[in-house]
Amino acid sequence: MKTLARFYYEFAESVRIAWAQIRANKMRSVLTALGVIIGIVAVTLMGTAIRGIDTGFNDSLAMLGDDVLYVQKWPWGPIEDWWNYVNRPPIQVADAERLSRVIENTPNSLLEVVVPVAGRGASVKASDSSVDGIYVFGTTADYARISGVDYKEGRLFNEIESSGGRSVCVLGYDVAEALFPGRSALGGTVRVGGHPLTIIGVFAKQGEFLGLISFDNQLVMPLNAYRKMFSIRRSTDLRVKVKDKTRLMQAKEELVGAMRRVRGQLPGERDNFTINEQQAFKAVLDPVKTAIAFAGLFITGLSLFVGAIGIMNITFVSVKERTKEIGTRKALGARRRTILLQFLIEAVSICLIGGTVGMMVSYTVFLGIQFQFPWFPVQFSPDLVVISMLVSVVTGIISGFAPAWGASRLDPVVALRYE
Amino acid sequence: MIPPPPPAAHVPRTVRPPGPLVIDIEDVTKLYRMGAEIVHALRGVALKVHRNEYMAIMGPSGSGKSTLMNMLGCLDTPTSGHYHFNGKDVSSMSDDELASIRNREIGFVFQTFNLLPRSTSLHNVELPLIYAGLPPAARRARAREALENVGLGDRMLHKPNELSGGQRQRVAVARALVNHPSILLADEPTGNLDSKTGEEIMQLFDQLYEQGNTIIVVTHEEDIARHARRAIRLHDGLIESDRMTGN
Repeated sequence: MKTLARFYYEFAESVRIAWAQIRANKMRSVLTALGVIIGIVAVTLMGTAIRGIDTGFNDSLAMLGDDVLYVQKWPWGPIEDWWNYVNRPPIQVADAERLSRVIENTPNSLLEVVVPVAGRGASVKASDSSVDGIYVFGTTADYARISGVDYKEGRLFNEIESSGGRSVCVLGYDVAEALFPGRSALGGTVRVGGHPLTIIGVFAKQGEFLGLISFDNQLVMPLNAYRKMFSIRRSTDLRVKVKDKTRLMQAKEELVGAMRRVRGQLPGERDNFTINEQQAFKAVLDPVKTAIAFAGLFITGLSLFVGAIGIMNITFVSVKERTKEIGTRKALGARRRTILLQFLIEAVSICLIGGTVGMMVSYTVFLGIQFQFPWFPVQFSPDLVVISMLVSVVTGIISGFAPAWGASRLDPVVALRYE
Repeated sequence: MIPPPPPAAHVPRTVRPPGPLVIDIEDVTKLYRMGAEIVHALRGVALKVHRNEYMAIMGPSGSGKSTLMNMLGCLDTPTSGHYHFNGKDVSSMSDDELASIRNREIGFVFQTFNLLPRSTSLHNVELPLIYAGLPPAARRARAREALENVGLGDRMLHKPNELSGGQRQRVAVARALVNHPSILLADEPTGNLDSKTGEEIMQLFDQLYEQGNTIIVVTHEEDIARHARRAIRLHDGLIESDRMTGN
């Protein structure tokens, strides 16, 4: 108890000295802190960028749906043995019907619904304007069950419109904005490949997938209408919703079996299709993301390292300047620990000041970025504050330790004689 | 508070009876390595100091008096021989144990005062009590009392650069005594003061002796040594003479 109290008094004294010292050497302290400030700004800004990329990435993956399996010819992600895939038979709309039947006949199936999707890039024309590079696709009314997307206005086509191949469509948010600026697109007509389509709905804004593909630049129509305009032989895939996303892997196994039956594949034969899901996508992109994060933090960490060297340097200077004071304190009964603590606290104090100012600078820059470039993926979070404060303290302790240790070890006789 | 001192010649010389043994040094030697050369700073010194003594350590530079003072002050340990302080063997203590002895048992007064430049007198005097682990209120009360005792009751919140040399040394004396040490160890306490101020400081020492403190002064000035009741002279690392000083 007595030891604890003494430790506390010595700690308080050390903090007092540290502040007095920093105030007495303002210019020097500011310059030293500047090194830490730059380091912390670099690291935290990199942190916000990494966070932002991460969030953007996860949002993008969420668009794919975490409970949807994609039956496709090609796997997502890089492949080296393309020759093993190129001769696979394309996925057909007929596969979807057969797959649905297999699933219906499976007791306790983990799969809920199969939706065929066929699409391509096309231009969409309204009466007086047109937009290019729109992802136009056809699907069935069941699409509503796998897509969690909201509608700005209107609805998706129903079963009757779908099977009858009616000339109706739903526009992505940006398409509707481009062709019908400032007014409702509902009931209007667009032309795709010369065919007129009546607009029965507009999707709400969804955003971009990994900043590459905009989910708002699309147009959906009944598959039976789509196939009148475009070939669906090579551009179809199947989307299968699972009942319970916690059992995605089992559902995937079931789907593989069902598809093999649909395709009439023999045992021992390799699958001639691929089941894609967002997890697989994640598995491909996660290492890239991690590499970016590590490289980024390493490079920005170097600037913090330079700041730490500055702290170490100034603590060495401080110890040298106050050698006589250290001798006096030792003569008056300061233990090694007391002297160590005193200089560590001084180093940590400068780091904490640097960390706090750096944090504020980062936050200001972050707000500026958000204001000027709202599309730029940055994200600031409270744990980033905690982490960078911790980093500051640890930086101070590490860089202050060598000089403080040296000070604590000084021979009082030698220190007292030092001029 | 201390009344203005009467002329030095009229100071009555009391000699207080010696108390228990405080310092007991037996056959202590100290070697230094200076480059390739080995310096014998002390070559076998024996010395006993009792409570209530007022002693001067004298000798020319290079005689080993600084080394002896560092040894007595537990700033340094002997190469060989024994040093008992209040019955405890100091020669084999660790750095932190020595720090604790210095904190509780020894009050240092330095030639160059060695005050913390940016701290008030009060805080300077509080310092040993911080290392002793005293709570703030008790520290302040005792520091105040110690400053009043050396006649600086009105200079508590002044910083060293706002004080005269004599006042600074008084702050240092207050700091040395604040933790009620067994001995007051002064190293050339008047070396940085003019002769008049130096004489005032020595009169303060005389009064502190009267009040019951045990004092050891290291000096090379006969005038200073004359204030003490006992004087030892060192020469070439040995005690050359040890005698009581008379009027």
